[in-house]
Amino acid sequence: MRWLQRNAVLLGGLLVIVYMFVPIFVVVLMSFNKPRSKLIYRFDGFTLQNWLHPCQSPSMCSAVGRSIEIGLLATIVATVLGTLMAFALVRHQFRGRTVSNVLIFLPMASPEIVMGSSLLALFVAGGFGGRLGFWTILIAHIMFCLSFVVVTVRARLAGLDTNLEQAAMDLYATEAQTFWRVTFPLVFPGILGAALLSFSLSFDDFIITNLNAGNTTTFPMYVWGVAQRGVPMQVNVVGTVMFVISVAIVVGAELNRRRQERALA
Amino acid sequence: MSQVAERTAQPAQTGDGGSFDGLRLRSLTKQFAAFTAVDSLDLDVPSGSFFALLGPSGCGKTTTLRMVAGLETPTSGSMHLGDRDITWDKPYRRPVNTVFQNYALFPHLDIFENVAFGLRRRRGKDVEKQVGDMLELVELDSQARKKPAQLSGGQQQRVALARALINRPEVLLLDEPLGALDLKLRRSMQIEIKRIQTEVGLTFVHVTHDQEEAMTMADTIAVMNAGVIEQMGAPGDLYENPRTTFVANFLGQSNLIEGTLKGRDGDQVVVDMQGTLATVPASRAHVDVVDNNPVWLGIRPEKVLLGESGDAIDAPGNSIPGGVVTDVSFVGVSTQYLVRMPWGQELQVFEQNTGRRRLFRQGEPVEVSWRPEYAFLLDHSQDASAGVEDDAS
Repeated sequence: MRWLQRNAVLLGGLLVIVYMFVPIFVVVLMSFNKPRSKLIYRFDGFTLQNWLHPCQSPSMCSAVGRSIEIGLLATIVATVLGTLMAFALVRHQFRGRTVSNVLIFLPMASPEIVMGSSLLALFVAGGFGGRLGFWTILIAHIMFCLSFVVVTVRARLAGLDTNLEQAAMDLYATEAQTFWRVTFPLVFPGILGAALLSFSLSFDDFIITNLNAGNTTTFPMYVWGVAQRGVPMQVNVVGTVMFVISVAIVVGAELNRRRQERALA
Repeated sequence: MSQVAERTAQPAQTGDGGSFDGLRLRSLTKQFAAFTAVDSLDLDVPSGSFFALLGPSGCGKTTTLRMVAGLETPTSGSMHLGDRDITWDKPYRRPVNTVFQNYALFPHLDIFENVAFGLRRRRGKDVEKQVGDMLELVELDSQARKKPAQLSGGQQQRVALARALINRPEVLLLDEPLGALDLKLRRSMQIEIKRIQTEVGLTFVHVTHDQEEAMTMADTIAVMNAGVIEQMGAPGDLYENPRTTFVANFLGQSNLIEGTLKGRDGDQVVVDMQGTLATVPASRAHVDVVDNNPVWLGIRPEKVLLGESGDAIDAPGNSIPGGVVTDVSFVGVSTQYLVRMPWGQELQVFEQNTGRRRLFRQGEPVEVSWRPEYAFLLDHSQDASAGVEDDAS
């Protein structure tokens, strides 16, 4: 009893962690499942078949491919545009800067369903009603990623001491050298973070994508579509891979940080 | 003429077109919206000198420095280095380097690369060796591969110094370089920087609000206030013979006593000081000598002697009876008294603790006196409390 009293907080914490990781555990487990029926979602036996033949359902693999393609393109465009915007917002005094700073937040703050439907209305009104698909999805993704990039890079840039750039110029670095030797390396972690965030937002998005996709299918839409007819176990393989990649990035970043910290000690 | 007058007259002598090889500023002005930070500043910094711009915060000294570095564009005026006009040159085109107040070391580069930064930009030869020598000069050769965040404040300060010095600029600018260090470290860095300056023989322009720091390090000080230079000269000259109330109060402390001019007596100026006649050498009277004009008579606290009432005081000179000791603080090397004079003013008196003279007690009647050659006369239209530091530090 006394033991329980002393360790109540620890136990509670463990329970919460278990609670958080049960869904992920199920996804990983199910990726090794050998189902007896397509309609019953239950662990029936262990197999490596799902991992060895992930593209048994070709439509799933093409949906994953499309999601990755859109994610990468949206990330690149949003990161470049958003970084430039962040520089403008932090470094330049111009009329309407405060307003721009507020406007940047709006896409993040408004509900996705509202954004999705207004984008759809815009596309239809603009005569793209019959041509919804890859490009409309990409345009939508770039738009909502942009805010996140601006906010992330702006935070990093605002924390950057402008004295450093002045010191570089004082030490014979031209404007371009100052940017590439001092500013960019110091802002880069923010840009990288923004890019990772953009990709996961894009890869993940369902609501806005679904409204503007026409006949094109992304991975989240595919999962939604097959959910009614029995999900192929390969979906769990994709889920597990995505999870492992994210964990690898987080752990890698943490290890890198600790290594630097140890160097500092 | 006094030393100070000669020195301040220098800019006019070297005039325009002379072969002056130092840093020369002419009617340099910087306005921010309605605020004039630097007001038509003329300044000549001789090559190879350790020059201090001293003044309270907001007096325009840092703005002046930043204009010389090229980090701020002047509203008007000109800057020359020798014969070369650098007024509109980009910061990276000037042979000028800066030690920033917060050091501004590049956090993503190690110490070696920080120091090598300027050489690499100019594609210098023997980077390896030069950086090694420079790190040796500032005694950081063992830290070359560390990042700035791994060093202590004093070490970072030395890296900042090395990073600027390695380029052998014609002028090295130091912007409150010791402001972030604690007192003890500051003292040793003052000596260190002075040593390095003597060793490399470059022109140093040092901006500070710390008068002790300026006097310790610089061979010429320009005291700046409200965008203009109040007085310029060697530390000793400025301290012993201030020309304005601001300099008298900002550089050390001064007693300023109201008086009225009573004509000349040879090379002495006679002042009626609250009923007592006192004399001041004419070279130390920074006023128009017109009878009955009001003036401030200034005397440094450590130049004032205390004597027992009615005693013959050993200092021949100005002597005033009727004082009463109102406060005594013993600070070890000296004892600091406040003496209330018959006209109500409290004078500061610092007596060295030599042990030869006894301490006076609070409430004791005393006489004060000083040698006439230590006193100075200032314009009465100036504010007697100008330049008094609020925290009295």
